[in-house]
Amino acid sequence: MTLGLHLGVLALLGVLQLVLPPFHHGMLARIMVLAAYAAGYNLLLGYVGLMSLGHAMFFAAGMYGTGLAISYLGVGVATGFLAGVVAGLAVAAAVGLITLRTAGPAFLIVTMMLAQAFYLATLYFNEITGGDQGFILSGLSLDLGGRRLPLADPVVKYNVALVVFAACLLLNFWLVRSPVGHILRALRENEERTRLLGYNTPRYKLFAVTVSGLIAAVAGSAYTLLFSYVGSTFAGIPYSIYPLLWTLLGGSGTTLGPLVGTLVMTYLVDVASSLTTGYLIVVGVTLVVTILWVPAGIVGGIRARWAPWLP
Amino acid sequence: MSQDGAATISRRRFLQAGATAALGAHLPGPWVGRAAAQAEGPLRLGFQVHRTGIGAVYGRWYERATTAAVKLINEKGGIGGRPVEIVAEDDGTDPKRGAEVVEKLAVQHKVDFIFGTLFSHVVIASAPRAGELKIPYIVVSEGYHVASGRLNRYVFQPGITDVRAQVTAVAPWILKNLGKKVTLIFPDYAFGHDHRDFFSRVATAQGGTIRALLPIPPTETSFTKYFPRVPADTEVLYHVMVGPGVLTFVKEMGEHFGARRPQIFGFIDSLEGVDLASAGLEFLEGTYFWEAFPRYAAATMPQHVRFYRERVGVNANGASVNDPRDVSTFSHMFGCWETLFVIKRAVEQSGYKKPGAAAYRAFIETLEGFQSFPEGTEHPQGPKRFVGRLHQVFGQQVVSKVEKRRLTVIHRTAIEDSMYAPEADYTKQPL
Amino acid sequence: MSLGAHLFLALLEGTVGALVLALTALGLSLVFGVMRIVNVAHGAFFMLGAIVTWYVSTLLGSFLLALVVAPLVVAAVAVVADRLVLRPIGYEPESTIVATIGLLYILEQVVLMVYGPYARPVTAPIYFRVDFPWFGYSGYKLIVGVIAAILLVATWIALARTKLGLYMRATQQDPEIAQAFAVPVGRVYTTAFGAGAGLAAVAGALIVPIQQAHYLMGLDALLLSFVVVILGGLGSLRGTLVAAFVVGLSDGAVSVLFSPTLAKIVATLLVGLVLAVRGRGLFGEEIA
Repeated sequence: MTLGLHLGVLALLGVLQLVLPPFHHGMLARIMVLAAYAAGYNLLLGYVGLMSLGHAMFFAAGMYGTGLAISYLGVGVATGFLAGVVAGLAVAAAVGLITLRTAGPAFLIVTMMLAQAFYLATLYFNEITGGDQGFILSGLSLDLGGRRLPLADPVVKYNVALVVFAACLLLNFWLVRSPVGHILRALRENEERTRLLGYNTPRYKLFAVTVSGLIAAVAGSAYTLLFSYVGSTFAGIPYSIYPLLWTLLGGSGTTLGPLVGTLVMTYLVDVASSLTTGYLIVVGVTLVVTILWVPAGIVGGIRARWAPWLP
Repeated sequence: MSQDGAATISRRRFLQAGATAALGAHLPGPWVGRAAAQAEGPLRLGFQVHRTGIGAVYGRWYERATTAAVKLINEKGGIGGRPVEIVAEDDGTDPKRGAEVVEKLAVQHKVDFIFGTLFSHVVIASAPRAGELKIPYIVVSEGYHVASGRLNRYVFQPGITDVRAQVTAVAPWILKNLGKKVTLIFPDYAFGHDHRDFFSRVATAQGGTIRALLPIPPTETSFTKYFPRVPADTEVLYHVMVGPGVLTFVKEMGEHFGARRPQIFGFIDSLEGVDLASAGLEFLEGTYFWEAFPRYAAATMPQHVRFYRERVGVNANGASVNDPRDVSTFSHMFGCWETLFVIKRAVEQSGYKKPGAAAYRAFIETLEGFQSFPEGTEHPQGPKRFVGRLHQVFGQQVVSKVEKRRLTVIHRTAIEDSMYAPEADYTKQPL
Repeated sequence: MSLGAHLFLALLEGTVGALVLALTALGLSLVFGVMRIVNVAHGAFFMLGAIVTWYVSTLLGSFLLALVVAPLVVAAVAVVADRLVLRPIGYEPESTIVATIGLLYILEQVVLMVYGPYARPVTAPIYFRVDFPWFGYSGYKLIVGVIAAILLVATWIALARTKLGLYMRATQQDPEIAQAFAVPVGRVYTTAFGAGAGLAAVAGALIVPIQQAHYLMGLDALLLSFVVVILGGLGSLRGTLVAAFVVGLSDGAVSVLFSPTLAKIVATLLVGLVLAVRGRGLFGEEIA
């Protein structure tokens, strides 16, 4: 039933592209990529209980890995994507090792500091990275069994975003139901007891940080391929706050929460931007309201009330 | 202008024939009466504006210059007989939001053109989307990114000159009049790097020496500690800064050097939106600034400059007529005004009616065919040369001296002084 | 400039910078020490202090009045936030972080809507330039350094000698035992949060004549405060002070020798690593 629900959601996203007007079609493509980013974040916050303020560095690692490989080595989309994934994996594993002994607010601040150093590094090495101005990847196309699919095409864009999101969602779904997932949740509930039960808790934490960072990097890489831009803004602190916001709003510790949170928030910001210059106030209000009255988030709230079987 | 007037007419006829053939439908020409034109509704221009974020001071004045220009255009019958409507969207001076705003303007608001972006990271992130959506994207950014060929055929900069041209034009003047040993202070990001690269290149080619390069990190709020790195034998201190910290920067520079200062040449960006009479800026007396358009009213101003200042609403000090503390970004905002008149000219000459591949092709090719814009109400900053293959306009630059806490123009370069060997050719790209 | 003059400037700038930094970070350190929470909105309180100062000194024409009004207004805002948001969530560490991030956005955006996106200057009440044989220096900056030093001493005395200070120290050591000894822990929390915000606001107010009041100015103050507070050890006021001097003095020296962006990267990484390896910083207590 739960697998069916997830496949149903993916099918719905697939069908929506046939009926959505162009603007919302484009919005949804972007939302799916960002929801994949949030899904990576959720894995750590929702299932292991580690709150990071540095995920932008993983997202940006995917972005720069892909962007630099394509722009300097002239590789294709697939190889570029792989380069982004490898870069993300390396950064995530390194951060995982450094933060192994920290938890709670210490973990949050260490990830934030490391991400800030990463952000400054993208500026410092501006000869290579283009600094804040960044650089453009243009004319990319996906080679699929001899057919060239230009990523600028809205249909291709939407479906690539859908595939990326689907992969991250299903990986997430499978992971949290696997034995490893149970151990990760045990870590969240009581790390000490988990350790006493004989589990090598640092190893599981390292694993969780790495996979979470990896998914964020996949999203970053996809974002850069689909929206043709690489720049240091995406490594900045606000881009570490966003996945936290989306995850909490949608429901941390629920597989579908990140998608719901990203969707609701993106549209909220878009609507608010036509009402006031201070439209980012919806970000603040949402965070406060969520933490005060709906700490479980939207999907978490639904699960608590009506659907206890939701993963 | 008289020479290419004839050329553009024949070009227009040619393009219209092409457009009609391509669409396989009858397209009315620009001479169609206003009644018929008004049935088409207004011409909608998408305005990507920095209302919030670090570009907000510029954005506010870009919006005022735009509003004033549109009001004037509409009073005089609109564009091609149609009234102009501005659809503004804030991009938060953020590249991600910038790309989304381009999408929103093009796809949801269905505007005819998008214009008005300043900060280069927003331009660079937005340009690919404009290219994919195939909508002309006309920036007012100063960056060298358009003329470098890094963007695409849909991106133009016909209303403001780029940093490379500005630097190329004023460097000889600096070396000749102020000194040969120069130290540069600039923000450590793209805008600053353009200054670093192009000034160094031009200055060393002309016998100058770069004594030191001092990049300032973008997150910096205190600058005193950087000034000791200015070598003692520096003859000219060349400064350019941007963002909310500009006043602090200039003030601390003055506190540090006092009367022992070398010659100082700054780009007005370091003080755009800031009153020269602010406390702590006394030391600027006798220093020099690059300006695009003189901020302070002069006794002998051409009528069109007077008219422009009045319509935008700035007083003799370049501040808002409603609030003398609200100082304009005078050397940048004229770019929006002039851009709108370039759009008007291109729409009318190309016979553009509504979005579509053929109509945009005609618009773009017409724009690429432009060669010059005469000084006047539509181009108050001065005469312009347009280089179609670069999608970039060239104009005169101004050197001003601070005298009695005001800027007085002491030198005006020729358009040719700012021209450099072109590196790009957008006209070869497919549409 | 000679090496001696170089060092003198680095020392001068470093000392003034360190005192202001210590004052900025003090509130964050106090709030963590007493309440065990990380206040991400600390930078926003700093910014709000600067904005209120702009309003008071522009509308009422008195910078000195602003120096008194700004911390009171900001402390009041903080107290309201404490009552409406932080207390209901029971000061749970991670919820508090999320709530204070929210608060940060709300404050910034409200300032954006009311005050606008502009960087506006405030004229210093006393402005003169001290002319050394090698370079000049802002007299106002020296005065700010002195005021910051006085405020730091005053805060220390308040904590060491007053009843409120005693309550705060008791709460810091063990809130439950303190409660048992009739310390009004709830009120102590609210007071600490308000006082922390007020200290940030004073720092913001003092800095406005040097920098300008701008709605995004809080982020940098926040990051620097984090650096100082973590290096010094969360909850240790002495550590905060020492770390502020380490950071302030080395910042001046390092920027002269290396690329400043590189120096910032190294400093940020260092702080991350210090916390990762030694969870309690140089002096403080374990935060996890």
